[in-house]
Amino acid sequence: MGKRVLLIEDEPNIIEAISFILSRDGWSVSTHSNGHDAVDLVQSNPPDLLILDVMLPGKSGFEILKELRETTSAETLPVLMLTARGQKADREMAERAGASRFMTKPFSNAEVLEAVRELVGS
Amino acid sequence: MSRDTLTGSRIRERRAMAGMRQAELARQVGISASYLNLIEHNRRRIGGKLLVNIATVLSVEPSLLSEGAEAALISTLREAAADSSMFQPEMDRVDDFAGRFPGWAELIAHGHRRIGNLERTAATLTDRLTHDPHLATSMHEMLSMVTAIRSTAGILADTKEIEPEWRNRFHRNINEDSKRLAESSQSLVEYLDGAGDAGAELTSPMEEVEMMLATHDYRFPNLEEDGENIDAFVAEQSQLTTQEARTAAIGTLKQLRSDARRMPREAVAEALQKDGLDPSALAREFRVSMAVVFRRIAILSDDLLPSPVGIIMCDSSGTLMLRKPVEGFPVPRFSGACPKWPLFQALTQPMRPIRRDVTVTGRESKQFICYAIAEAVGTLEFNDDPLYRAYMLVVPVDTVQADAREVGSTCRVCPSVGCDGRREPSILVDGI
Repeated sequence: MGKRVLLIEDEPNIIEAISFILSRDGWSVSTHSNGHDAVDLVQSNPPDLLILDVMLPGKSGFEILKELRETTSAETLPVLMLTARGQKADREMAERAGASRFMTKPFSNAEVLEAVRELVGS
Repeated sequence: MSRDTLTGSRIRERRAMAGMRQAELARQVGISASYLNLIEHNRRRIGGKLLVNIATVLSVEPSLLSEGAEAALISTLREAAADSSMFQPEMDRVDDFAGRFPGWAELIAHGHRRIGNLERTAATLTDRLTHDPHLATSMHEMLSMVTAIRSTAGILADTKEIEPEWRNRFHRNINEDSKRLAESSQSLVEYLDGAGDAGAELTSPMEEVEMMLATHDYRFPNLEEDGENIDAFVAEQSQLTTQEARTAAIGTLKQLRSDARRMPREAVAEALQKDGLDPSALAREFRVSMAVVFRRIAILSDDLLPSPVGIIMCDSSGTLMLRKPVEGFPVPRFSGACPKWPLFQALTQPMRPIRRDVTVTGRESKQFICYAIAEAVGTLEFNDDPLYRAYMLVVPVDTVQADAREVGSTCRVCPSVGCDGRREPSILVDGI
């Protein structure tokens, strides 16, 4: 059983594609697609890595991350943030919220794999 | 001096506004002029019945004299002062200022509010992705689709062995996503193209006039010869939202009527039939200046010529004023047009008519014949430098001239390389 990654993203076809490539790479992937209960979900069953989209229904990725960083269980959890805007302001906001890494859509599959491998240091 | 001690100043101000002499007001309320003078200079307290009487004579609310209308005004003035780093207004005298010079104070407060509005507008226009929720949403939607397609296509291309059910699923996903991408990009183009954007509320008076003219397809048969009342017509036009726009529209329509009387529709139709589009022949035949011919051709071209003809007018500062757009010859909305336009050449040689073949840069480079002239505004006086206005008629042509001059719309969207007239880099050259 590989390392566990949780993908929080609301676009079903992106979920499908990323789940596929990560599974092929040996990860055990679970997914979630709204912001409301994302924090609870991570806390109740912390993964080895979290991939978090910024624009989510219910609660933004920035808010989720900020709340997670305030809890002890997710203080050091590696988090890869995904956003559709590569603007400097967004990058800074992600850094302030405590993102370990930041990736701008549209990214390539190779970029995703490289980022997650590096974050978990396999 | 605090606010409530300025009742006298307000009385003086209101009396001056009413055009009443001090002695006259004093007489009407039954006090001596010298006593009123002391009151007006805030050297005698005033209240009660006398204040009410003075207010009645001046036809204002007594409270306006005792409290002033300036509490809100003063707070706006304080804001304006706080925002200014360059000047240090006398903050301790702000009440005094608002009380003594309510008109000037209002002017400053109004200017301050207007600057605030304009700053917000400028911020909105320069950073649309942040300020324009519609644009941000569609960009996000498009990028999500592109991400999904890119990732799915990558899987299909790179995964050597893939189960048929997965392959089918990914094919279906790409198909769905590309459809959604097509739709959202289409709606984005429509949005950027349409008037429903942040700029819609920012129309200048001249733009409102243009919109009004375009709504009527530049046809005003009832206004042209005589008859219909221009003021009444303008008052009914919903596109004209401000007094400035209505005033500009009245000016434009009066000129249109005067042009029409000198070059009546039927006579122009006949002349065009005989000679084709020949501005100098028309100027000779109707004994009018070239500018009149240009304006008249532009207005009548929709009906009388095979394809509509555009016109652009600017003053000698190069500021674009009235324009009638023509397809394929884009005119920038906020000034900053292409310096190669014959319109601007005309300004350097006033009264000399210019005819140039031009090609518009860009993907669908269309050809036009431009006729341009700069004519003096107003009457000529000895030793008085005249002001000029330049007009350019833009006539679409089918035949391609090899030596046509290349012109653009505005530098930002012009792909031309090695142009000496370039003011700022193009967003197209770096690749979009």
